[in-house]
Amino acid sequence: MARDKSKLLYAETHEWVDVSEEGGQKIATIGISDFAIEQLNDLVYMDLPEVGKTVDAGDEFGEVESVKAVSPLYSPVGGEVVEVHSDLPDNLEGLNDDPYDFGWIVKIKIEDESGLESLMDFAAYQKQCAESG
Amino acid sequence: MSQVQLSSTPLDRCHRDAGARMVPFAGWEMPIQYDSIVSEHHACRTAAALFDVSHMGRLRFDGEGSAELLDRLMTRRVTDLAVGGVRYGLICNRDGGTLDDVLVSHLKTPSDTRYHLLVVNAANREKIVDWIKPHLEDFPRVTFSDRTEVTAMIAVQGPLAMETCKRLFSFDPARLKYYQAAITDHLSKPVIVSRTGYTGEDGFEIVCRAEEATRVWENFLLAGRDAGFRPAGLGARDTLRMEAGMPLYGHELSESIDPISAGLRFACNIKDRQFIGRDAIADLIQSGTRQVRIGLLPEGKRPARDGAEVLDLDGNPVGTVVSGGPSPTLGHPIAMAMVDREHADAQAFQVDIRGKRSKATRTKLPFYKRPQ
Repeated sequence: MARDKSKLLYAETHEWVDVSEEGGQKIATIGISDFAIEQLNDLVYMDLPEVGKTVDAGDEFGEVESVKAVSPLYSPVGGEVVEVHSDLPDNLEGLNDDPYDFGWIVKIKIEDESGLESLMDFAAYQKQCAESG
Repeated sequence: MSQVQLSSTPLDRCHRDAGARMVPFAGWEMPIQYDSIVSEHHACRTAAALFDVSHMGRLRFDGEGSAELLDRLMTRRVTDLAVGGVRYGLICNRDGGTLDDVLVSHLKTPSDTRYHLLVVNAANREKIVDWIKPHLEDFPRVTFSDRTEVTAMIAVQGPLAMETCKRLFSFDPARLKYYQAAITDHLSKPVIVSRTGYTGEDGFEIVCRAEEATRVWENFLLAGRDAGFRPAGLGARDTLRMEAGMPLYGHELSESIDPISAGLRFACNIKDRQFIGRDAIADLIQSGTRQVRIGLLPEGKRPARDGAEVLDLDGNPVGTVVSGGPSPTLGHPIAMAMVDREHADAQAFQVDIRGKRSKATRTKLPFYKRPQ
């Protein structure tokens, strides 16, 4: 089941968020956009959080590193990390190839969804990318 | 953001047309990469890469006393540099702190004019010009001119560079030995060719008039099209020079890092010479420096970068990473660090990467040597 990038929410810092309901809980699946991956270019390293870690909305939960630079990954929502994509750091080329399905990074059980309000829809995010690119 | 007006090299249009990502660097707008730093890096190691290095300062010294003037400023002897020779050296202050690392060439024009050309780092050009000026008074027959903006400089680096490009010159540049230079014709215009570079590969650097730059660049790209030549940006230039263990000013060298600490004893001719910083450098050679430059291989995939703290296995701070990143050729991270001399012989260290510690093993520099 392929994720439709035009239906996701986006943070100014290029994370995408897919909010779903699982067993009465709201879960945010988080990744980074194809635009960000293209900009980062030549990914070499990714640092993921431990399952069980709690983050506040806007907190750094990991980092992704390219040949040239390190970029923090920010969680747009507050909550507990319930799953991490542990195969991803060893398969970063998969992030290039498929940023929205294989490329998911973490799942967070949402406890504070206030951050969701400041996220952009796809059209607004595309506009941001066009202006910065 | 600063409001400083950035300079553009004569090749600016070529870079933009090729889709380069342009970034500010030492007062210039330069291509950081065209496509991918890693693929540009591999092109240089397996075929050849073209680099626009026009941002580097080119300072010309004409007239009697030029060699003596430069000899006074440089850690390396210049007075015995024969026509056609190139030397690497440092310009230091009186305390031995490094003001810049430079190349000096002794050249002869077809009309038999001899002159010296000093190539300095872009970020240090103004500082070095100011450093030189007061000394000109002692050498009244020397004419000094900054040729940076009226010329361009292109580096062609890689195992196929010499072979592919030799027919483009009026003489075979392969006749030049490593660290030799000559003025020759390319596309019927005089250019300076030197067998030098900053990648660890064989190749050459060419200086041409600014208005010829585009033609020269395109001609090399065309000549190397079937051989796999590619333009490469500052990103690949940095990963290549790191693998080759070469210092970059502002990292391995600075006003607070002397040439001896940086491991550049070979570039300091102390005996029977006087140059600025000579006595301080002689003392450092005699008594040993506080720190030394070493190579490190951090474990795992996570690169240790400039500024990461180096610790011994007990967790005591012993130094700092000055350059580091992934090595595309080796497939793992590499780093150069300045560490306290008493720890310089240790084989195992730790590096603190933004609060997380990784083990790192000492290794010999350079990290990469081209197959002979």
